[in-house]
Amino acid sequence: MELAATLFLFFALVATAISVALVRSLFAVVMLSGVFSLLAALLFIVMDAVDVAFTEAAVGAGISSVLMLGTIALTARNEKKPERYSLVPLAIVTLTGAMLIYGTLDMPLFGDPTAPVHTHVGAQFIERSPADIDVPNLVTAVLGSYRGFDTLGEVVVVFAAGIGVVLLIGGTVTRRRRRR
Amino acid sequence: MEHHLILRVVTRLLVAPILLYGLYVQWHGDYGPGGGFQAGVIFAVAFILYGIVFNLRTLREMIPDRLVHVLLAFGVLLYSGVGVVSMFNGGTFLDYDPLFADRIDGQHYGILMIEFGVGVTVFGVMMAIYYSFAGRPPSIDDKDW
Repeated sequence: MELAATLFLFFALVATAISVALVRSLFAVVMLSGVFSLLAALLFIVMDAVDVAFTEAAVGAGISSVLMLGTIALTARNEKKPERYSLVPLAIVTLTGAMLIYGTLDMPLFGDPTAPVHTHVGAQFIERSPADIDVPNLVTAVLGSYRGFDTLGEVVVVFAAGIGVVLLIGGTVTRRRRRR
Repeated sequence: MEHHLILRVVTRLLVAPILLYGLYVQWHGDYGPGGGFQAGVIFAVAFILYGIVFNLRTLREMIPDRLVHVLLAFGVLLYSGVGVVSMFNGGTFLDYDPLFADRIDGQHYGILMIEFGVGVTVFGVMMAIYYSFAGRPPSIDDKDW
């Protein structure tokens, strides 16, 4: 059952990705990328990564779509038709994809208990977290406490991104220098 | 969006539950999936939905740009402030043990506080980005969509 669900989701993901590449209407592209995010979120749920799925659904399907629509409203509705078709991008994409697939061949299987990620600090977190932090959601315990410094870094990145957008296209600067 | 009656009615119904759900995700992150990042986004989505379906002007009066900018910075300050407080209490930066007399209490409240900081900053950033995009005059007419 789980295998069937995973296979279906992966095929749907690929189909969505191909249609994103084919469709010319940018509005449809935004909606399809929202679908892509929701499918990815479902895939994360199948993998028992509920927190990641939650984030993907909220950020990938929710906010990103809104921001993309906002961008379309400021630019154009349809993708420009290319003047001539070139095979170079296709070759680059195929090569990169092949390299990525080649790279995954060395990776441990999904859920393999002997994978490095499960034998290193991960096992210690699982073992010590009830006594150290006593928070039922282990993800929160790791992100908030064990990896608190990293999360602070993430928040600063989000903050910097927000400041950057406001400064670049915000247009909210109302204070002007007084003329002498 | 003036003429979309169904959208307006549904939005009116949806905004309050979305806000409530955002709060739930924020404060329940210790027990279930969720936390500051998701909560900030969900909370912002409620306002953005309102801004899209009704109008941006009312939204900007309700939550002025200035407030958004203050919130966006406040979250980071709150987060790092928790770290500094634990330093003053004799611990290391962002070690929540010394925040309270009881170590576990310190961890619980420490995580709650930093998650709130994350949520506030994410909310502020989402609103600020939305304002930046939506505040500019669109080049596509409402009917051309």
